[in-house]
Amino acid sequence: MEAISAKATPVMRFADKLRTQQELERLQAKYIGTGHPDTTSWEWKTNIYRDTYSSIVGHPPLLSYLALAQNEPVAKVRADMIRKMLQPAGPPPPREDDMAVAIPQTRNDS
Amino acid sequence: MAATSNMFMYSLTIQAPSTISQALVGQFSGTGGQQIITASGSRLTLLQPDAKQFKVDTLLSQDIFGIIRAISSFRLAGSHKDYIILATDSGRIAIIEYMPKTNRFERIHLETFGKSGSRRVVPGQYLAADPRGRACLIASIEKNKLVYVLNRNAQAELTISSPLEAHKHGVLVLSLVALDVGYSNPVFAALELDYSEADLDPTGQARGEAETQLVYYELDLGLNHVVRKWSDTVDPTSSMLFQVPGGNDGPSGVLVCGEENVTYRHSNQEAFRVPIPRRRGATEDPQRKRTIISGMMHKLKGSAGAFFFLLQSGDGDLFKVTIDMAEDSEGNPTGEVKRLKIKYFDTIPLATSLCILRSGFLFAASEFGNHHLYQFEKLADDDDELEFSSDEFPTDARALYTPVYFYPRPVENLILVQSMDAMNPLVDCKVANLTGEDAPQIYSICGSGARSTFRSLKNGLEVTEIVGEELPGTPSAVWTTKLARDDEFDAYIVMSFANATLVLSIGETVEEVQDSGFMSDVTTLAAQQLGEEGLIQVHPKGIRHIVKGRVNDWPAPQHRSIVAAATNESQVVLALSSGEIVYFEVESDGNLAEYDEKKEMTGTVTCLSLGKVPEGHKRSSFLAVGCDDCTVRILSLDPETTLEMKSVQALTAAPSSLSIMAMEDSSGGSTLYLHIGLHSGVYLRTVLDEVTGELTDTRQKFLGPKPTKLFQVSVQNQPCVLALNSRTWLGYTHPLTKAFMMTPLSYQDLNHGWNFSSQECLEGVVGIQANFLRIFKVEGLGDNLIQKSVPLTYTPKQLVKHPEQLYFYTIEAENNTLPPELQAKLLEQPNVANGDAKILPPEEFGHPPAKGRWASCISIIDPLGDEPSVLSKIDLSDNEAAVSAAVVPFASQEGESFLVVGTGKDMVLNPRQFTEGYIHVYRFHEDGRELEFIHKTKVEEPPMALMPFQGRLLVGVGKTLRVYDLGLRQLLRKVQADVAPQLIVTLQAQGNRIVVGDVQQGITYVTFKPDSHKLLPFADDSINRWTTCTTMVDYDSVAGGDKFGNLWVLRCPDKVSTETDEPGSEIHLTHARDYLHGAPNRLSLMTHFYTQDLPTSICKTSLVVGGQEVLVWSGLQGTIGVLIPFISREDVDFFQSLENHMRSEDPPLAGRDHLIYRGYYTPVKGVIDGDLCERYNLLPNDKKQMIAGELDRSVREIERKISDIRTRSAF
Repeated sequence: MEAISAKATPVMRFADKLRTQQELERLQAKYIGTGHPDTTSWEWKTNIYRDTYSSIVGHPPLLSYLALAQNEPVAKVRADMIRKMLQPAGPPPPREDDMAVAIPQTRNDS
Repeated sequence: MAATSNMFMYSLTIQAPSTISQALVGQFSGTGGQQIITASGSRLTLLQPDAKQFKVDTLLSQDIFGIIRAISSFRLAGSHKDYIILATDSGRIAIIEYMPKTNRFERIHLETFGKSGSRRVVPGQYLAADPRGRACLIASIEKNKLVYVLNRNAQAELTISSPLEAHKHGVLVLSLVALDVGYSNPVFAALELDYSEADLDPTGQARGEAETQLVYYELDLGLNHVVRKWSDTVDPTSSMLFQVPGGNDGPSGVLVCGEENVTYRHSNQEAFRVPIPRRRGATEDPQRKRTIISGMMHKLKGSAGAFFFLLQSGDGDLFKVTIDMAEDSEGNPTGEVKRLKIKYFDTIPLATSLCILRSGFLFAASEFGNHHLYQFEKLADDDDELEFSSDEFPTDARALYTPVYFYPRPVENLILVQSMDAMNPLVDCKVANLTGEDAPQIYSICGSGARSTFRSLKNGLEVTEIVGEELPGTPSAVWTTKLARDDEFDAYIVMSFANATLVLSIGETVEEVQDSGFMSDVTTLAAQQLGEEGLIQVHPKGIRHIVKGRVNDWPAPQHRSIVAAATNESQVVLALSSGEIVYFEVESDGNLAEYDEKKEMTGTVTCLSLGKVPEGHKRSSFLAVGCDDCTVRILSLDPETTLEMKSVQALTAAPSSLSIMAMEDSSGGSTLYLHIGLHSGVYLRTVLDEVTGELTDTRQKFLGPKPTKLFQVSVQNQPCVLALNSRTWLGYTHPLTKAFMMTPLSYQDLNHGWNFSSQECLEGVVGIQANFLRIFKVEGLGDNLIQKSVPLTYTPKQLVKHPEQLYFYTIEAENNTLPPELQAKLLEQPNVANGDAKILPPEEFGHPPAKGRWASCISIIDPLGDEPSVLSKIDLSDNEAAVSAAVVPFASQEGESFLVVGTGKDMVLNPRQFTEGYIHVYRFHEDGRELEFIHKTKVEEPPMALMPFQGRLLVGVGKTLRVYDLGLRQLLRKVQADVAPQLIVTLQAQGNRIVVGDVQQGITYVTFKPDSHKLLPFADDSINRWTTCTTMVDYDSVAGGDKFGNLWVLRCPDKVSTETDEPGSEIHLTHARDYLHGAPNRLSLMTHFYTQDLPTSICKTSLVVGGQEVLVWSGLQGTIGVLIPFISREDVDFFQSLENHMRSEDPPLAGRDHLIYRGYYTPVKGVIDGDLCERYNLLPNDKKQMIAGELDRSVREIERKISDIRTRSAF
């Protein structure tokens, strides 16, 4: 058994990797917020905030709890929560290639 | 295994949630009448409005063990019955049909589409069904939309297609409706917000430019395909859509509602916009814009294009919105919209859903507080209220326009006909026995704003008194009789005194009857209509039989007297003082014939019962004889075996009363029972086998300290048992759950009772209470909790009780509300016009809002009194709001108790901000009827938790736990320590141990070392719990609830507990090393359970007479539940396997897996769901048998166990 598997290892490893990669991509497309190795802190935060707001909207007692404390109609709190999902953690950080354009020296150095 | 624990609880709901998150009207029974279906928490309830009696009855209420997020209904073309679609957290779409015959919901389709749970991208948040019943769309908040095509197959059965996708990445949905397009392809309209551009733009510019879009999704029925057909930008504040009738009825399209904006939109029409009128008044901010929070469209019968909208603004004002259509040359409306008009209609409490019924009623499901049923007086067609038309306003809400105003006024168009009690939001709850009855009552604070209430709840049935008349003497017993067998109503009331008998006639007036033939100078033992037209009176010396005025006397044998008698329409049984039983039967000629033999009993007979003659039989075939040797014997009365003994049952005490009576059982059929009342106050119900006369399956309940007396009465066409003890009880089968219930009546304690039936009162009860004759009727059997409420001023936050006196104190606070002092100032201003100065009653119109202001007060409540009321209130000034309260006895003041209230100034809830925090101290005066302000002490933060601790005050200020003593000018700080990670919200203490609940990080155990004056945290929680309430179960354990709807019990390990209490352990504790950034030790989880509702209070108490202590919790949605601890392992095993069988045999209606649902956040541990187990009663017989077989027990035994566990500890 061991010998066979050892022989097959390089092929399997490549196929496995590909399959994992594909599976991950599929999950990322299906479930928003599925992480990847380069998830930035902003992405993660934005995603958690959005999940939180949508969870509050999806659990009627939590929504009532907030509405009661704020003395606002439930429908208004619900709409506010969904609007907050638009950009809950501020604008995204500038992208690296944008940065590169902005600071050309870095590219020269490398 | 997570489910094993050495602590087991049985969770039961004693009051179902009363919130309504959505209500729909439709013809669910298919018989033409309209019903209302409501979603409240995890419950689906069907209500039947009764147009004649102006009320709404509950037909069916079922826990679906899942969160109902949206409901919708649809009707297939040509059908007369509406189906219900449920969107829940099960990741499945369920189509439900109501079966009126069996009174059940039946699931027709269940289609899985995604993961379970309320997730961002799993559809379930929005649901819309095509008005012609051809398709439905189920959508998530973000991205996903699925369309299901609904159709009918050749067998006329409903079919559902596989889902068609209409997903779009990066899109948030704010509102979703189906368009009315007649019979063209179904179209759904969604209000969407696209974040994909904002996510890519680091400058933040795209976020500011993000537009709200109205998007149409068309289902092409021919191609079986969904397309994004049309989209257009709408006002960025828009948040709600309403369907506009289409086809032949109107122009189709939607109303888009946003901030001060109602706009008509459709793909082929121009936009028309009207603003939402603002309230005019001295206390109103003229700049404040309103939004629409709920509403509904109603089509009037008859002419095409006759429809209107009732839209409600955030203040509760209803506006009537109508659409004018352009007319063609012949004056018929075309499909083209000309203008939109809006006018003020009426003001009602904020509603989550409005339903207009064809019978002219409006059902308003309130967001908070009682739900209301209104009747339409008129439709505001021709009143002098100003109407605003879209002709005068630009279509762009951002363009300049003059806002419009109206004067709110009391309701004119609607009449309130019924207010349905609703406890949501239930903020705090205390169990106490203030009335001195044997069982405690529940006192709670609920509601929001000016509609807040203090409510007392008592287990009992509502009773209406018809007659309450004082009598010259004190009768010992009372009966009613008819005069002839075929009479419909009772004619006589017979009352027995010490040595007299009084006969009264029932009619328009109640008068004494002289010529009844009854002996008036003896005490009566029984009175009965017998045979065709006979009457008998049993007295200690014999029987008097009266037929058509002819009197026959049967004397008792010499030197013996009659001690007990039982009669029915054709039989009479007497027990003599010698222990002999004499039996009579009516012959066909109406004469009474004595059976030759007398049966001798071993002991003295204390009571007898015959039972009614069963329908179609000549006689009742059993006689029950109770003797003072603590036995009940069943004797046969069949002609062949007359007076032969069939069975005998030994009892724990001598029987005081017996009643053989058939009652409805859980299968819907009827079972013969022997009801036994004992001298010890216990009530027993035993099944009497109709063939063999054997007694099996005994259930018991302790009713009170006196001997129990039993009588048969009829309530709602159901034979019920009236049991008299220190209170009056009624035993009946619950109309919905089919469980046998024993509930006290909310009435005086009677000495004797009897059934009463007359023209005016078909199903009454006549009773003797001391020297009063009372006739009353029981109102209904559905609700066994009686509510009484006292209105409060603002949203209540906490309830505390005076330590000795029977008064309650509430702290109330309302955010963004104009406090009374500012209100007075505004009203005094010279420029206030006459009409503006009118103050509207806040109960109907709400308190005037003011951004950033707080209105807060402390109320003193007298919960008993004739009229429970608020005795007085203290308003807090300076934008301070009360956040916590406690009654604290200070040792330094010789144990005098003070009311301590924590406040915060200029608080902002999110993110948490404040300028100052205070602790106010009040002294009680006049036995607690008044409060005197002593002083206030400034603290760093608003203190969220206060409690008495060893004659001093324990305060949680932010992360700090602090002990204060009372000084002359302020509180004096004694000890303090930082113990919680974030914010202390709950405190509990026993001895030197303090349990601190953190708003986010769960529980920390702290020990107080009096010698070294130190507060030392020594154990905390392993996971975050967003604690809302806690109570100590014992010295080591704490039970609590969190914001996400979980209930849990945590325990400190034994070793840690003993070590910390050892003298000198402070050195060890101060130097103990932190374990993983927390306290040195961890608490262990004993039980965990998801309740769906948000627990707001929990306490350990007993609820019934002689019952064990249980955990009573209250939930925000109005739920009251109990957790009953199991004592024996056997019971645990039994209920665990029953629960398992129930999960598979009666899976939740909406397809949620029960085990996963109860373990929503953390796997359920050590708790058995009693609500699921109790559904056993409602299973069909074959399933009951099957489960019983699997459990190796009989069906009756299982039903008894289920009923026992409830009746022993709760109601």
